Amino acid sequence: MIESTMINRNSHHHIAPLWLYLAIGGALLVLTAVTITVSYIDLGGWNIVVALVIASIKGSLVAMFFMHLYYDKKIYTIVIVMGLLFLSIFISLTMFDTGRRGDIYEIKSEPIKPEADFYKELPPADSLDQTGHSEH
Amino acid sequence: MSHSKDRPSYLAHHFSDPAQQSDSAKLGMWIFILTEILLFGGLFVAYSIFRAWNPDMFYNAHKFLDVKMGGINTVVLITSSVTMALSIRSMQLGRKKQTIGFLVATLLFAAVFLVIKYLEYSHKFHLGQLPGKFYTFTGVKGNNPHIFFSIYFVMTGLHGVHVIAGMTVIVMMLVRTMRNRFSSEYYTPLEMTGLYWHLVDLIWIYLFPLLYLIG
Repeated sequence: MIESTMINRNSHHHIAPLWLYLAIGGALLVLTAVTITVSYIDLGGWNIVVALVIASIKGSLVAMFFMHLYYDKKIYTIVIVMGLLFLSIFISLTMFDTGRRGDIYEIKSEPIKPEADFYKELPPADSLDQTGHSEH
Repeated sequence: MSHSKDRPSYLAHHFSDPAQQSDSAKLGMWIFILTEILLFGGLFVAYSIFRAWNPDMFYNAHKFLDVKMGGINTVVLITSSVTMALSIRSMQLGRKKQTIGFLVATLLFAAVFLVIKYLEYSHKFHLGQLPGKFYTFTGVKGNNPHIFFSIYFVMTGLHGVHVIAGMTVIVMMLVRTMRNRFSSEYYTPLEMTGLYWHLVDLIWIYLFPLLYLIG
């Protein structure tokens, strides 16, 4: 591929080859099919992990090649990775609290409005334990 | 000092050369993208908390989202990202007509995405699967099913607003391309529009499995 090394000397623009964009697009579609298929297999708690790993692979492909982070100055990657780092701190610290608060006192998932019409055709809410899991 | 003779018309006076101008635009755009991710980040945190509290309700409620329609929309959005990237590549090669073609294709895919979203929304409106106090649907087992639909509508709604904003900017770029404002030397606004459009795709890549494919 001659095009793959084509660089406009005047403006230092990198021009990625056509096949690269088509290959990345194809990979994204394949990964979409994989994530849909895997979601129908019961992996218990691993379903969410697999879904997020596949989404992150897809996201990285988009950011690296469609958004050109792979070719551009590293400062842009640093900016966005720092942001994602702080977002992950935000989510993980919140989840520590949400996940472990039951160790201190009992938390019960209760309907905000038990008399709401849409509960009438459903089993009573107290058959659900604190995490919302059905006991039967 | 360089004088106006050496300066291309697209170079603003406060930049020393086109590379510096382009780098500044890109840095600004990436910082903007960061704020967008943090904007959606707050919603992802809300999603995490309510899903952790009501795992069964989330599982039962998500069954009412149409995986086929969400899947088609994922394919549509990924394809639109490819055409957006190709429109910039065409401009890098100085092929104006190709650029216009790819921008129009991107707009069409974006419109298909919104039409499918409209069909999904109107079906849910019809069933009463509405956010908050407007929720009347009776088929979801578990406490507070209206919370799932509140999260669904806020997250996909905010994403939909971004699709519309992206389409607006793409139309502006289409007009500028037709007016010969861009060349293989200068196409920074087109490139920034591409970054924004890929961000819209990126957010959907996470929304789709988290809302439609709860295992």
